[in-house]
Amino acid sequence: MNPFIYPILFGIIIGTLARMVMLKTDYRQYPTYLHGKIIHLALGFIAANLGAVAVPAILEKEYTAVTFLTIAASQFREVRNMERNTLTEMDSYELVPRGKTYIEGIAIAFESRNYLVIFTSLLSTLTYIALNIYAAVIVAFICYLLIHKYMSGSTMKDIVDIELSKISFDGAGLYVDNIYIMNIGLPERQEEILKYGMGFVMKPKNFDVRSTIANLGQRQAILHDISVSLGVVRDSGTPALVPLIKRDLDDGRIGIFILPQEKDNKKALKVLQSVPVLENAIRMPSESSADKRSGA
Amino acid sequence: MVLEKAILATITTDASKVTAGASIFICESKEEMDKVAANLEAILDGISHALSDEIYIIVKH
Repeated sequence: MNPFIYPILFGIIIGTLARMVMLKTDYRQYPTYLHGKIIHLALGFIAANLGAVAVPAILEKEYTAVTFLTIAASQFREVRNMERNTLTEMDSYELVPRGKTYIEGIAIAFESRNYLVIFTSLLSTLTYIALNIYAAVIVAFICYLLIHKYMSGSTMKDIVDIELSKISFDGAGLYVDNIYIMNIGLPERQEEILKYGMGFVMKPKNFDVRSTIANLGQRQAILHDISVSLGVVRDSGTPALVPLIKRDLDDGRIGIFILPQEKDNKKALKVLQSVPVLENAIRMPSESSADKRSGA
Repeated sequence: MVLEKAILATITTDASKVTAGASIFICESKEEMDKVAANLEAILDGISHALSDEIYIIVKH
């Protein structure tokens, strides 16, 4: 029997398990049960296979086999495209859309998770062949810890202070704290908004964060997450009841106006705190060389 | 071309302040104006904004 059969099998199982661990269906309802999950598990299995056979291929001096990894790379880029297209298509039917930045973030996550699978199964197979199965189990466990640590990015509570705030009308202008949101003409609609509406203010903890939360994609993600978690009082054809986020130009705070179906302050704050900070929205103006020079 | 924002209708109690452009609805009282604006808002999928006490506009966002 081929001496590599067990290491390869081990790598494949560990890789597929790693993909399972990384595949969570949460409040975003994505990937959906059951078919959405199968797509990703199947791709994870393929990735695990590719990672597992790479080491034995090299040991057998089948160097060309490594070029399969490049095919894998283009395949997984395709995964990203697939996710982006599906989510973009669906987004127009959401009451509060995700927005392009959020979609791109999800697509990137799906692509990178497949690479993590390749990496995990490659390392475990390598250790199995080079040392033994016990060492391979330990390496797989370390990989799992690393995946767990690096898979989740930071959330809003790490970068902003969130406070509940009053919503009020000054004439037809709707305000959250002192941040202008929009002009609502009809008294009837104003009453509705005062009845159902909730306001929050996010205060950036440092200068870098200002540009991150100013990002329109990040703001849309906040609205989407809170609307999914608490429900939203609106229907198609009621544009006056759209939740909105506006920015205070003086100090970079943002005012969030939402119309939740469940008016629960604590839950709302918790949801807002756990909105992910989108990779594509992060800005680091303090890292610019101009900033460093002036600071020196 | 897709219009991002457009004034779909103007509702007013003071006809002297608006002329042409979007359809103009002249009302007798503030109550009538509110009613017309609420109907138009629902029909046109727009938001009614108050420019002043006499003028509402329905805007497509």
